[in-house]
Amino acid sequence: MSRLMSEEGIRIDGRRWNELRPVKIEVGVLKNADGSSYIEFGKNKIVVAVYGPKEVHPKHMALPDRSVLRCRYHMLPFSVEERKNPAPSRREIEISKITREALEPALILEDYPRTVIDVFIEVLQSDGGSRCAGITAASVALADAGINMRDLVAACAAGKVGGRIVLDINDEEDKMGEADMPVAYLPNLKQISLLQLDGKLTADEYRECLNLAISGCMQVYNMQREALMKKYFSTADKGGEDEEE
Amino acid sequence: MSVKKTTTIVEQLRRAQMSELLAMNKRLDGRGLRDYRELRIDVGLIKKANGSALVSLGNTQVIAGIKVEVDEPFPDMPDKGLFICNAEVLPLASPYAEPGPPDEDAIELARVVDRGIRESEMIALDKLVIISGKKVYAVFADVSVLNSDGNLFDATSYAVVAALLTARIPKYDVQNEMLVKSEETIPLPINTIPISVTMAKIGDSIIVDPTAEEEACMDARITMATDEHGRICAIQKGGSGTFSPEQLTEIANIAISIGKERREKISNLAARE
Repeated sequence: MSRLMSEEGIRIDGRRWNELRPVKIEVGVLKNADGSSYIEFGKNKIVVAVYGPKEVHPKHMALPDRSVLRCRYHMLPFSVEERKNPAPSRREIEISKITREALEPALILEDYPRTVIDVFIEVLQSDGGSRCAGITAASVALADAGINMRDLVAACAAGKVGGRIVLDINDEEDKMGEADMPVAYLPNLKQISLLQLDGKLTADEYRECLNLAISGCMQVYNMQREALMKKYFSTADKGGEDEEE
Repeated sequence: MSVKKTTTIVEQLRRAQMSELLAMNKRLDGRGLRDYRELRIDVGLIKKANGSALVSLGNTQVIAGIKVEVDEPFPDMPDKGLFICNAEVLPLASPYAEPGPPDEDAIELARVVDRGIRESEMIALDKLVIISGKKVYAVFADVSVLNSDGNLFDATSYAVVAALLTARIPKYDVQNEMLVKSEETIPLPINTIPISVTMAKIGDSIIVDPTAEEEACMDARITMATDEHGRICAIQKGGSGTFSPEQLTEIANIAISIGKERREKISNLAARE
């Protein structure tokens, strides 16, 4: 048995195969931003700000029929073990792109022609799964900014570690494990807006991973809703909400 | 931060026409939904490179070159050689391509192709060590897009795979901790051949190997690479649309079955030196 998974199926951080790391989401943490959020997802600590819809500069970038979404995923130099150069790396440029593509289907951009919406995701401390945590927090910040949305976007990875399919891969499992598959899900539309895979999975393992990741996204979705309700309806009866899944 | 072009009326009409055809399982260029365009691979045409391949996939044309150097390994991986993959869309490749550093699309292209090769463990990096912890082979795969007509992901991946399969690298002898380059050349140590399959979703249809015109109309794109055991080893979804879980299961089945039938073809084409 590998060191990542005990005989009893306990993972390196004490979780079972289908458990998420502890998650904390706060809404409206930055005063200047139109919308903002802070997420802790395991050891990830990420702050997100949304500015807009606002005027586009340079003007020629504006679209006549909808708003332009811009996303920046960025890691602070001290967020990782070895200091990271603050300039955007190729990895960060790719993650910024797939984050934008994961969020776009949830936004009704046609409601805001000739404007831009900026999403800034700053990773203060990184653990495995920072792109998923960033997307989760960004979707809450967009909701906080009052932007018209079809759905929230909840993200969570599943993967294969020590021969088993597990939910929510942490940093160590990502580096030493067999496969990592980040997924972003629109819970009401039942659509997947982000899917990546690093590592080998058979067709059956892939299906199992996908279903497990979606169940993780549903848990994340409930926490997103709770965080938003806490800010906007703090007197609401939290127990009265119908829980899906 | 880059931004997509807006949709013009003509593009919207084109999309409507494409959807009508797709509903009848037809495409603008007459292909079936699961058909690839004609694939040509010419290898070894750049003699200064350790390996090279020119790939044509319909009108998409890319050239890949492999250069091998001796370098120090990463401190956390003293017994592994290095593999570095880069891609660029040359300014001559399309009226929309512009000179300058690689944009997010080119970076994504290189990283997705790299992922398929790295995660399938195509190259046995542990066999590229000359002196443990000190000297290893560094394999550079550089790809340039010469003509861009859609599905750069698969064309680029096939070019790198073919160039790696036919590359010859210098053999080094170690004498008193010093490297002596011998006259002899050896092939790269290969474990498996990963095959990348890219699909586009337009409306409710999933099509294989989209052209540039189809990509302009697509809702979303997905690339899956499989190894010779039929395992999926890399995935990348792209584009602003979404997939349902059922579609993703269908897509995996397509990627696995097409991967199986194309692996032989690609290794045969690459072998024909």
